[in-house]
Amino acid sequence: MKRISVVDPERCVGCQMCMFACTRRFSLGGFGRSTIHVKSVGGIERGFVVVVCRACDKPAPCARVCPTGALASRDGKGVKLIRDKCIGCGKCVEACPIGAVFWDEEAGKPAICVYCGYCADYCEYGVIKLEEV
Amino acid sequence: MSSSALPSRVLYIDLTKKRFWIEDRKELFEEYIGGSGVAIQLLKEECSKGTDPLGPDNPIIFTVGPLTCLFPMASKTVAMFKSPLTGELGESHAGGRSAVAIRSAGYGAIVIKGASDMPLYIAVHGNRVYFKDAAAYWGMESTLTVGRVIRENEPGSGVRSIMRIGGAGERLVRYAMVTTETFRHFGRLGLGAVFGSKKLKALVVSGKNTIEVPNKKLYRDVYEELFKLMVESDLLKKYHEIGTPINVLTLNALKGLPTRNLKSGEFEGAEAISGERLAKNFLGRRAACSHCPVACIHLAALREPYEDEPYFYKTTWISYDYELTYALGSMLGISDTVGFLKLVDSIEKYGLDAMSAGVCLAWATEAYEKGLVSKEELAGVEPKWGDYEAYIKMARMIVAQPNEFYKHLAMGVEAAATKYGGLEFALAFGGNEMPGYHTGPAAYVGYLTGARHSHLDSAGYSLDEKTIGATPSPEKIAEELFKEEVWRQVLSSLVVCFFARRVYSPEKTAKALSAVGVERSEKELASLGEKILAEKYDFKLREGFNPENLRVPRRITETPTPHGKISEETIKRAVSFYVEKVKSAKKQPLNL
Ligand code: SF4
Ligand code: SF4
Repeated sequence: MKRISVVDPERCVGCQMCMFACTRRFSLGGFGRSTIHVKSVGGIERGFVVVVCRACDKPAPCARVCPTGALASRDGKGVKLIRDKCIGCGKCVEACPIGAVFWDEEAGKPAICVYCGYCADYCEYGVIKLEEV
Repeated sequence: MSSSALPSRVLYIDLTKKRFWIEDRKELFEEYIGGSGVAIQLLKEECSKGTDPLGPDNPIIFTVGPLTCLFPMASKTVAMFKSPLTGELGESHAGGRSAVAIRSAGYGAIVIKGASDMPLYIAVHGNRVYFKDAAAYWGMESTLTVGRVIRENEPGSGVRSIMRIGGAGERLVRYAMVTTETFRHFGRLGLGAVFGSKKLKALVVSGKNTIEVPNKKLYRDVYEELFKLMVESDLLKKYHEIGTPINVLTLNALKGLPTRNLKSGEFEGAEAISGERLAKNFLGRRAACSHCPVACIHLAALREPYEDEPYFYKTTWISYDYELTYALGSMLGISDTVGFLKLVDSIEKYGLDAMSAGVCLAWATEAYEKGLVSKEELAGVEPKWGDYEAYIKMARMIVAQPNEFYKHLAMGVEAAATKYGGLEFALAFGGNEMPGYHTGPAAYVGYLTGARHSHLDSAGYSLDEKTIGATPSPEKIAEELFKEEVWRQVLSSLVVCFFARRVYSPEKTAKALSAVGVERSEKELASLGEKILAEKYDFKLREGFNPENLRVPRRITETPTPHGKISEETIKRAVSFYVEKVKSAKKQPLNL
């Protein structure tokens, strides 16, 4: 079972290449569908925060609040969005303790990490990597 | 919302009426692509002949392009306006998250018109535009503070840009800049003063739109190709490692590093302010513009004790690059590394353009040496080469303008020297203070002819460096600079960072454009570049740019360059060849 781990945020330069990569999975530009988010710690001089799903153990906080069961456990660690079940209520966004459930405004549904590791391929600074949990 | 690959929506904001509206200007983007190409058209529409640069009728135009948000290093926003410093075309580029934010908010351009009667800042969050009372912000002198407060009060962390002015912009210093993401700047030609004249303290933009491409496979393939070139080749390493200040020692060795108001091209203290020294002793962090894997932004960490308490320190983060090191280092004879960083920090906070500020301070020092200005006029400061504390005080007074002298210095070195004398060593070209390359004739021809008056217009310094020992004829100089500047019009219409110019070759540019549905051959792109340059020249000439009348400060002909002493005549001849080339391009834009 894999997930993205933030190895060393101090190395992050805030280039957001990872964010662009995540939305590019759909051959789209921008980061409207990204499930990894990089922002400064209150000003670029203070460094950056990288927010991405940690693939919590079952029952994951986001899955626990989903009224329709649209967030299925991924073999005990992390979740999978069953899009047809999701009604777009946004409860999962509020429930995630680290803010790693993002919102896809165009679809009106959450954007959930699929632990593919594509983002890490574009991080030139060794900040994030796909690892076994 | 998702947008199509070619931007087309223009957001118009009228500060007088506090209104905004959106127009679809597809035709403009189809013809001119984006960036500079579209900006000059919008400027011509909005800015009529003779407009007062600090009056309500001077528009501020921001544009991005079809590669923004889609390709790496398409990270820049173009700003166009009439310059309060030179009285003609004002063009300035900045990165940070500005370009990505504008496009993600759904726009290809933002046009700001009119002037507010009260301090305002504008927040654009996607389709929503808010006029916000900036009474509490007006008077904040530091661009850092403005950013810090807005950051706490606006949404969109990570996907927004906060473009703001400091004290210099509010007080209409003609070379005030607009700062974005703390360390990126629309630096040159006084956009900050135009913001100030409109009582506009800041512009916040955020959005999360995605952008669709017509050919998905081609898009991803070209992306891969460009990304690999950026990270696997050596083309961009130098910008990341030591960064542009690597030039300090290189130029010094060539005797092309302007020193003490260009009394010399060689600085004995260069090592202390070199990129190598800064990297080794002070570099604390690197940062990048959004969508750029290079991360060329170098931040020095300066740890200083507070005087009122033992073992109590503050750490200040100061961004530095080559231009700053020249303007606030060698040009002022400063070889105290910490003192240099402190001066850079003040200039950054006030929101002054570093190059202009450095040249103004250097002129003032020499004018004082020569007795053209008195201690009284300098408000008690006695500037001496290397005395960074005096320069910090003077920077403060350029902003505060306590007397006639500083009022003039705040109008630029040309204005100050016209009044107080010393024009022969007032290092402005076309009214704009010089960049840091005393490399030979081509650099100066570039400063005089460049459409946005920056060393990045036509890279004269690079031509100089390549031709040491074999100085080209004036005609050849004009030809080479013209060719380079034409191509850069295309790059700045995409809009890509000029550091990526070797990656975005004509071939790769045509490919990237094709992936977003814009089919232009390399040849067509080049002729578009000519056309855009000619359009800019139209505006320049209309507003009084006169190639026959350009002033060449005597100083540059006295201090030897790597090409030996250069003559005014060579420069002037090259300038007229250049202008002729632009004019004939206008008549026959396809003549390549
Ligand atoms: S692992 Fe895949 S889905 Fe998750 S953040 Fe990275 S690119 Fe996006
Ligand atoms: S790609 Fe790496 S360095 Fe760039 S923002 Fe993402 S985590 Fe940070």
